[in-house]
Amino acid sequence: MSLTVLWAGPLTTVQDLGRPGWAHLGVPRSGAADAPSLRLANRLVGNPDTAAGCETTLLGCTLRLADARWVAVTGAPAPVSVGGAAAAAGTPLRVPAGGTLTVGAATGGLRSYVAVGGGIDVPRTLGSRATDRLSGLGPAPLADGDVLQLGPPPGPPAPVDLAPVPALPAEPVLRLAPGPRADWLAGRGHELLRTAAFTVSPDSDRIGLRLQDPVLPRCRDDELPSEPIVLGALQLPADGRPVLFLADHPTTGGYPVVGVVHPADVPLAAQARPGSRLRFRPVRPS
Amino acid sequence: MAEARAAYAELVRLRAAGRLPGVVELVPAARTVLVELGTVSDPLPDLAALLAELAPGAEQPRPAVQIPVRYDGPDLAEVAALTGLDTGEVVRRHAAAAYTVAFCGFAPGFGYLTGLPAELQVPRRPSPRTAVPAGSVGVAGEFTGVYPRRSPGGWQLLGRTDAVLWDADRDPPALLAPGTGVRFVPA
Repeated sequence: MSLTVLWAGPLTTVQDLGRPGWAHLGVPRSGAADAPSLRLANRLVGNPDTAAGCETTLLGCTLRLADARWVAVTGAPAPVSVGGAAAAAGTPLRVPAGGTLTVGAATGGLRSYVAVGGGIDVPRTLGSRATDRLSGLGPAPLADGDVLQLGPPPGPPAPVDLAPVPALPAEPVLRLAPGPRADWLAGRGHELLRTAAFTVSPDSDRIGLRLQDPVLPRCRDDELPSEPIVLGALQLPADGRPVLFLADHPTTGGYPVVGVVHPADVPLAAQARPGSRLRFRPVRPS
Repeated sequence: MAEARAAYAELVRLRAAGRLPGVVELVPAARTVLVELGTVSDPLPDLAALLAELAPGAEQPRPAVQIPVRYDGPDLAEVAALTGLDTGEVVRRHAAAAYTVAFCGFAPGFGYLTGLPAELQVPRRPSPRTAVPAGSVGVAGEFTGVYPRRSPGGWQLLGRTDAVLWDADRDPPALLAPGTGVRFVPA
């Protein structure tokens, strides 16, 4: 009834759908950065949407299961193997008792998700098992040798051969609604948001994508009293390098939010690798 | 600030009364309040109409939380120098004021407290400390507050408390929530 982490990779965390509803106390939402991918993995193995799985970063992870379980790998496409034999992503896989599951280096995107039938049963904090890299709530990132308890196996897995998932775009285009402080952006900045491709900085993490090149000019230099932050908020610090907030974003911040990425496009941002490029398509709020 | 606090208190009341369907987060900040819906297709409540009757000061005062403080912080002398007061007077005025949690942020359970006397409003430190101990009581700009856990921080530190500001296993987890009244008591 447990899972052993044989290799945790550069960053593998336990994630579920996070802790919405506590932001007024300064608690980030957290949860899977690419939530639809975790939901899909859970559905494939017959788990409820709220079950916790593993979120890998770029290079994957290797897990050993004490008893036989259904597993599924989704999110960033990566080579998958069960007991050393190549297996498919996006479909329920049976791992025998004592068997290993390896998720290799992503061939595109950044974060792969592993759901295990029964879910990962670490203790909840404020209703969630998610690791929050900003506040430190939830379990620590996984380390080699960690043993995680699993919940009781659910019924049979989803009766599908392969879940259809659109390929991740090399240069995603994110719908961007005007933010509450869009008027802090100079005219040239609005033009760049419509036309430029932004490079994702290596400083990016689960808290946010830091974008560099080009710099967005502001038309105001004064201090902004702290304002609430939402998932997908595009914040513009004084240096003009925007930050696109992801799952572990702070609940309030002191820089103007000049735009907000459509919630359905945030998972694309969460899959953007450092060094890759992305674009925005300004839209009116729906 | 008072308007944002009053609007938040009223929105919390309206949500409890079932009049804000679909709202998943209500988050106050310094001048604004976030009303977040669960999905983009949820209809936006008519906030202007709901808040039309609101008058600042309409919020119900809550009993103040008393926080015992040892006023021996590393920046006490610096704050005294910046304000032109002696350290005893800085402590007396900080402990004499009545505060209210305007909003939370920075870390779970970190409340930005308003009500800091104007003469105690000093800039944050020129460069932040890499580690501020849990329970440190600081001031910066118009706010005072208590660090719930050890973290980096740039506020000027006046003292320290043993009060537990945040415990995720406690109900409620945060000692200080938006709207809570606070008094600091020299210990």
